[in-house]
Amino acid sequence: MERTIVIPGDVVSDNIKMSGSGTYVHGNKVRASVYGLLNVGERYISVIPLAGKYIPCASDRVIGIITEVVYSNWVVDINSPYEGLLHISQYPRRIDSENMSKYLKVGDCILTMVASVDASMKVELTLREKELRVLSNGRIVTINPTKMPRVIGRNGSMIRLLKSEIGCNMFVGQNGRIWINGSGDCIDLAIQTVKYIEDNAHTPGLTERVQAFLKAKEKTRHGKVHESRNDEE
Amino acid sequence: MSEKPEHFIIDGKRLDGRRVDELRSVKIKLSPLDRADGSCYLEWGRNKIMAAVYGPRELHPRHRQDMTKAVVQYRYNMAAFSVNDRIRPGHSRRSIEISKVGRDAFEYVLFTKFFPKTAIDIFIEVLQADAGTRTAGINAASLALADAGIPMRGLISACAVGKVDGEIVLDLMKEEDNFGEADVPVAMTAGGKITHLQMDGHLTRDEFYEALKLAKIGCDKVYKLQRQALIEKYSGEYAENDEDAIPQAQIGDADE
Repeated sequence: MERTIVIPGDVVSDNIKMSGSGTYVHGNKVRASVYGLLNVGERYISVIPLAGKYIPCASDRVIGIITEVVYSNWVVDINSPYEGLLHISQYPRRIDSENMSKYLKVGDCILTMVASVDASMKVELTLREKELRVLSNGRIVTINPTKMPRVIGRNGSMIRLLKSEIGCNMFVGQNGRIWINGSGDCIDLAIQTVKYIEDNAHTPGLTERVQAFLKAKEKTRHGKVHESRNDEE
Repeated sequence: MSEKPEHFIIDGKRLDGRRVDELRSVKIKLSPLDRADGSCYLEWGRNKIMAAVYGPRELHPRHRQDMTKAVVQYRYNMAAFSVNDRIRPGHSRRSIEISKVGRDAFEYVLFTKFFPKTAIDIFIEVLQADAGTRTAGINAASLALADAGIPMRGLISACAVGKVDGEIVLDLMKEEDNFGEADVPVAMTAGGKITHLQMDGHLTRDEFYEALKLAKIGCDKVYKLQRQALIEKYSGEYAENDEDAIPQAQIGDADE
């Protein structure tokens, strides 16, 4: 899909009811507030930013890294200007506050969910939800959070493609962190592909091009396998 | 330091061959820095400016955090080698002043309310100076902020006007700045709302209004260059993949 690039201050609509994310209303016009791609929907006009930080929002699934263990809370880095707090009661099991770091220590990674964000931007996290857990294997790559929707694709089409073509397990956090697990080669290829998507996130027809990218990689991979076999002979 | 020239304007041409209402040449490169969230390198005549934007990010020390909005920190600094006589590195009376007015120039446009308790850090490094660094710095910062994806009402464009040989001229160069009669740096939004205005020297009331009119023309030119740089950053890649050129959005007109 072809999209127009807009810069802050551009008039995007005359109908103030159409104002969506990345826009603001001034006078009787809707203007873009961020530098990005114009997205004209049926009911709203929004601007998809090309850069920016992750701002936590309740019920977002994010990947966090423990940075500190304080009294009855874990402080979690969620790749955002705001840090997350995981209370001891939000750990799946009942644990004693004295041996908290036995279960989660500094540097551990968790797949967690934002339970609530209050007006002072205090971010509370939880592990008490289906599929939330401590990540003990695999690798984590970080991309720009604004590019994250392209890695998932429409209705999850891109992520399904990646999982089936590469044959690895993946989870994309809303905060731009992506957890990948599988064999070493698979992870390397997955990371390359994710970076490719990040670099080309603003271009149309991305799914097809990722398919082509993976096909090209597949060829070189097989080429290498043949070479090494020849060496053995 | 060079000597004061006898005449600044000869046959309608200035010392460097420009007309009275002409800007120096401007070159813009977006995102030269990988580590910054947004950055811009700007060449404005012989000025060379690097701007970097970080944030919104956690603000330390915490007692400076504002529970209602992001704190904007603007740091203007001249490199020791940016002028002929080495300048002493670090803060000076002048750099503190320019940092303050630079920060204020963005106060109206940034949506700081979206990011309580955070800091938006803007760094301006002057690598080579040749008069007009504060306006060039504001232009570069404006682009770096857009590049960082920070929400704002619109871009800020800035340029200086002044008076030499009794005539109002646009965008003073070094000799005109040092020996001219007045120097008026102006920054404004695309709609013409002034967010920065200083004056060094003397102008009559009529001259001042004439100068402001000229500044508006200059800022419009700067805005077009800024806009072009932002559109081109992504359209180059677009052009490679698609036959059709991207349609241009409606240029932001007057603020009501």
